[in-house]
Amino acid sequence: MYRYDEFDKAFVTARIAEFSDQINRRLVGEITEEEFMPLRLRNGVYLQLHAYMLRVAIPYGTLSSQQLRKLAYIARCYDRGYGHFTTRQNIQFNWPRLVDIPEILKELAEVEMHAIQTSGNCIRNITSDHFAGAAADEFADPRPYAEILRQWSSLHPEFSYLPRKFKIAVVGAQTDRAAIQLHDIGLWLKRNSSGKLGFTFYIGGGQGRTPMVAKLLHDFVLEEDLLSYTTAIIRIYNLYGRRDNKYKARIKILIHETGLQKLREEIEKEFAVLKASELKLHQSDIDAINTYFRAPDLTDCSEWHYNLKQLRLNDSAFGDWVNQNVTAHKHPDYAIVTISLKSTGGVPGDATSDQMDTIANLAEQYSKNELRVSYHQNLVLPHVALGDLKTIYDTLLATGLASANIGLISDVIACPGLDYCTLANARSISVAQQISTRFSSYERQMEIGAIKLNISGCINACGHHHIGNIGILGVEKKGTELYQLTLGGSAGNNCAIGEVTGRGFTADEIVDAVEVVINTYLSLRQSSEESFINTYRRIGIELFRQALYGTTRKIS
Amino acid sequence: MPLKILTANRLIDGRPVWYCADGGWSEEFSDAAVADTPHACTLFELAARQAIASNKVVDATLINVESHNGSFVALRLRERIRANGPTTHRCAENQNIYGEYRVSL
Repeated sequence: MYRYDEFDKAFVTARIAEFSDQINRRLVGEITEEEFMPLRLRNGVYLQLHAYMLRVAIPYGTLSSQQLRKLAYIARCYDRGYGHFTTRQNIQFNWPRLVDIPEILKELAEVEMHAIQTSGNCIRNITSDHFAGAAADEFADPRPYAEILRQWSSLHPEFSYLPRKFKIAVVGAQTDRAAIQLHDIGLWLKRNSSGKLGFTFYIGGGQGRTPMVAKLLHDFVLEEDLLSYTTAIIRIYNLYGRRDNKYKARIKILIHETGLQKLREEIEKEFAVLKASELKLHQSDIDAINTYFRAPDLTDCSEWHYNLKQLRLNDSAFGDWVNQNVTAHKHPDYAIVTISLKSTGGVPGDATSDQMDTIANLAEQYSKNELRVSYHQNLVLPHVALGDLKTIYDTLLATGLASANIGLISDVIACPGLDYCTLANARSISVAQQISTRFSSYERQMEIGAIKLNISGCINACGHHHIGNIGILGVEKKGTELYQLTLGGSAGNNCAIGEVTGRGFTADEIVDAVEVVINTYLSLRQSSEESFINTYRRIGIELFRQALYGTTRKIS
Repeated sequence: MPLKILTANRLIDGRPVWYCADGGWSEEFSDAAVADTPHACTLFELAARQAIASNKVVDATLINVESHNGSFVALRLRERIRANGPTTHRCAENQNIYGEYRVSL
């Protein structure tokens, strides 16, 4: 993992001192709320319905055991004993006191963490593949490049006041596990025919009120040009992006209004100037960052395969968990374990301090001290020996974390919604809780198979409803919650925005409506091998609409 | 005119508070004073400006309430959740996080 150098330490320490002073001046009234708000947002502090909220950056979703323990400690000592892992691979604390924020930031700095640029119109936390450095299908580890981008974008003076927030994601495997085409810039690390590393650049993806799949900007940009090409894009966006209307200020709107070709010409012109500048990455610099992300030493042990097979036969629940939550590692005797934060009736993405401590211990003992946060709001142990899987499962089972549901219908993505968020119009968590309860049977979930169900409590789409195979958007209508249903959304290699089924459903109807969709799929799929999204792509939305609106009266 | 109460978030910790008849601010929604005349609303707005100026609260706003079974209830779900805490009961039971705010919506 990356370790702070002197520059990192200095800027984080300086920012804590600066922001602590700003907090103190706010508390004694030397600055007004109007003056203070942009300062606190720049440091990840929001004011939500019940309290302040602190969003802490987890760069490219990578955590050490020590860092997770610190997050558990902060939750226990300064919050209410739990934290919420987000769809941006960050963590949010829902209840900190403003007066405690300086101490919390000092605690975070002790483990090389901070909350800088987790809000505001700047380049946000760089996200990445939660299986990076471990996945069997990886071309190259994207994290060193995400780290280079983190260093370059942190407190970048030119890009601290962009027209709107700016999100970058990087992947380096055959499968896009970071939804890169839903980001302002999506980077796909690849090798060209000469074996050189470089990036395919996508731009202008995003969700929110105007969802768009990113467009291909450049097939292959050499790794040495990563920063100069990225700078060219953001410089052009900074110059031409709209500042008169926040709803039209993202780069996706600029592309839509200006045209990709014209913008590409501007970007290429800028890139021609920047290409030979100090932004050019030298191999020695890349190598220096790469050393932080060297693959851990992993021992070969083929007999683990036999033992695992026996354990799976002896304990079917363990076997189910391995089937669903364990993924192939690039080393054949190791595995990637996804720990579900989606228990039946639980809050998606929430983990208690005790659970975080347990997971940190597991990572320390069994995963080379490393953890990942997925944008699906789960935690990942990236380097687990097959021989340790049962011990890990047993520990998770005792901690309420052994749900065998990764990629199934109860693995719901949900934003905090109206239970916490001041922007929300409707609750998300309660819908997620009802869905995971309704579909709690493992057999039923397996019958339904792979599916993504995502819920947002407002049009800002933090719960990624646009890219759920089934998406739910909460709105407020005549003072009550109403839920719109979308179908056919998808992240990853075949990225698509879901289509609205029709009129919305009340809070009492929405889970039944989901069940109608599921039953319709089960009755129409060609075989149990045909996933929900493939059935949808084959037959379209109409039969689902007929099923939904023909039976809605019955539902209500 | 619709009945109104004055609510805000406390500066020091962001907790929702409600303006009371004695001129103070309470953490309990049920302690809130109710304005039923335009004049009372004007006085509430004055109290809000003073509390903001003295750095006690932020985001002060008047919200609509109605009388229901002898007590007052916020009209908007958002305000009811602000008053009563998150509705994610399972989490609350597991972690005892809501304390005195645990009342039914």
